[in-house]
Amino acid sequence: MTTRMSIAAALNAGLRKALEADRRVMLMGEDIGRLGGVFRVTDGLQKDFGPARVIDTPLAESAIVGTAVGLAMRGYRPVVEIQFDGFVYPAYDQIVNQVARLHSRSGGAQHMPIVIRIPYGGGIGAIEHHSESPEAQFVMTPGLKVLAPSTPHDAFWMVQQAVASDDPVVLMEPKRRYWETGEVGDDPGPLWSSQVRRAGGDATLVTYGPMVATCLAAAEAAAAEGRELEVVDLRTLSPLDLDPVVASVRRTGRCVVVHEAQRTLGVGAEVAARIGERCFFHLEAPVGRVTGYDIHYPPSRAEEHFLPDVDRILDAVDATFDAADGELAEGGIA
Amino acid sequence: MHPSLPTTASSISVSTAPDESDLVRLLTPDGVRVDHPDAAWSGSDADLLALHRDMVLTRRIDTEGYALQRHGELGLWPPSLGQEAVQVGTARALRPRDMAFPTYRDHGVIWVRGVPPERLLGLYRGSEMGGWNPDEHRVALPTIIIGAQCLHACGYAMGIVMDEAVGHSDGERDEAVTVYLGDGATSQGDTLEALSWAASFTLPVVFVIENNQYAISTPTNRPGAVPLVRRADGFGIPGVRVDGNDVLACQAVMETALQRARDGRGPTLIEAVTFRRGAHTTSDDPTRYREASEEEYWEARDPIARVRALLDSTGSHAEALAALDAEADALGERLRAACRAVPDPDLADMFDRMYVEPTPELREQREAVLAWRALGDEEAVTA
Repeated sequence: MTTRMSIAAALNAGLRKALEADRRVMLMGEDIGRLGGVFRVTDGLQKDFGPARVIDTPLAESAIVGTAVGLAMRGYRPVVEIQFDGFVYPAYDQIVNQVARLHSRSGGAQHMPIVIRIPYGGGIGAIEHHSESPEAQFVMTPGLKVLAPSTPHDAFWMVQQAVASDDPVVLMEPKRRYWETGEVGDDPGPLWSSQVRRAGGDATLVTYGPMVATCLAAAEAAAAEGRELEVVDLRTLSPLDLDPVVASVRRTGRCVVVHEAQRTLGVGAEVAARIGERCFFHLEAPVGRVTGYDIHYPPSRAEEHFLPDVDRILDAVDATFDAADGELAEGGIA
Repeated sequence: MHPSLPTTASSISVSTAPDESDLVRLLTPDGVRVDHPDAAWSGSDADLLALHRDMVLTRRIDTEGYALQRHGELGLWPPSLGQEAVQVGTARALRPRDMAFPTYRDHGVIWVRGVPPERLLGLYRGSEMGGWNPDEHRVALPTIIIGAQCLHACGYAMGIVMDEAVGHSDGERDEAVTVYLGDGATSQGDTLEALSWAASFTLPVVFVIENNQYAISTPTNRPGAVPLVRRADGFGIPGVRVDGNDVLACQAVMETALQRARDGRGPTLIEAVTFRRGAHTTSDDPTRYREASEEEYWEARDPIARVRALLDSTGSHAEALAALDAEADALGERLRAACRAVPDPDLADMFDRMYVEPTPELREQREAVLAWRALGDEEAVTA
């Protein structure tokens, strides 16, 4: 049986399931209780589970994560909301130096079953610090796991799987897609795995989060012109599950990685490097990247020129068919 | 009962000496018991001997740690010399179910919580990052990140409240948390967020500032500085300023604060005025930033000497004190042997500890480490 709902509603339903399943699960964040969160992802949960389990916190991100560490030590499973992506930096120290390390430092004695939910990415016409894509900084932090759901189905199941994980999970929520709807089915599927969203034999698009929908639109447009693009949704950014990507690229020989985050040392850099290691002799062209540029996320009236879109993605795919080596290396960003 | 006597110590004039006017004190630097309207210590002679023993053994752990570093057996050691009273006195006020979050200098707290002292050595030898199971001894692993532990203590205290383990007036059910921090940590955002948080949620947590006068080289008691205890006022919580070199006063004020916490009446901030008689760590050179006269001033206020003076004045404890000397010597020997016996860490083990549920990526990298090692072994055999 499937139910149609938005990503925000799916997260809400998933959190509700998690709260019902385990009394040690509790939610903390700024304005998540009475208000239901600025995106209403936690709407109604405080009313149903009480202010002791759905906690409106003081405005202090480091404290939200730092107290989650203490709660985890006490045996709780805190799910914390960082209101906007750019606000995670005050908590960065606690995430990197404490959350990520305590299991290892304690020789495995202390688990840190903490979920850090971050609405991330641009495209919503927001003011500064509300459109960032900091995922790579958590991917490169040993001790954390990072998930990036792109559909209501994944949002519903991943948030529950993240809560059930005994390891700390950063859940990157595609905020510009919060209100897009889709079917939520009964089968969660394997958690730490990538998934082919659209099959195609001519080139492979590798992406995650809010860019999955954009890549699917690009594949649709390419198909109209007679070119079949395979779209792989990474779903898990740490650990990476590149087997489906490798299998795809070995068939297509062409690959473009797409994300909103800035290009240098973004997730795409790691993906491209690993494809180089594992698919080199199958590649017909260097791996291309379509990403944000290495500038600050722009003022919102310029964001459409910063964010990867269908045209830039198709241009990068074209380049894997047409361009000479040097041209692609320089201009592959499209 | 005991009149406050002028002491030789107080006649030493040092410009950086802290104001003593509002200190809770029950034992003068000369070892004379005095009364205070807000604090009382009513232990027996045996209790006094036990506190003395904890302080002497803490000092021995510290002395050995320092010496082991100087002999190249440890990479670093943060001396606790001079801070034994605040560490032992406050930690002895904890009950077994209470939880403590110490700093990396709190060898006395960790000792009192029952962690075998050799477990302290691995971190400073470069052999491990922790050393004990925090749940077993009810004392967290210290973090090197200054002030971060204050938030962990608040989270833990939230858990106590959610578990309904406060406010029963029942020593078997009610729990409290204490977190230790240095004067330097009072400038950290995490510390101030923690005080705000603890006040907001009326948490059962006692903040113990060990004001040892210096954040490495930066003096706390600079001109115009507001006494740290006054931070409590801004958060609307009680603040107590105690003689941190008076083990009786430290235990007394801590018991009051912990009871308040267990009763569900919220947090307390204790400023224990003490002095770090040693260096910040073995890598530090305090002669570059403080005067010998200041060190002499504090030596005359030594926390162990004053208890010893009190013991000498209350009866004959020659037998117990001789036994303690022997115990301290044996502890020192045990630590020296244990230090040399700490095994070197195996890098391959770290991969297994990164996650509860291991990742394929780390399994692969671990295999690569082992394969590389096997290759080296093979080459060594061939050579």
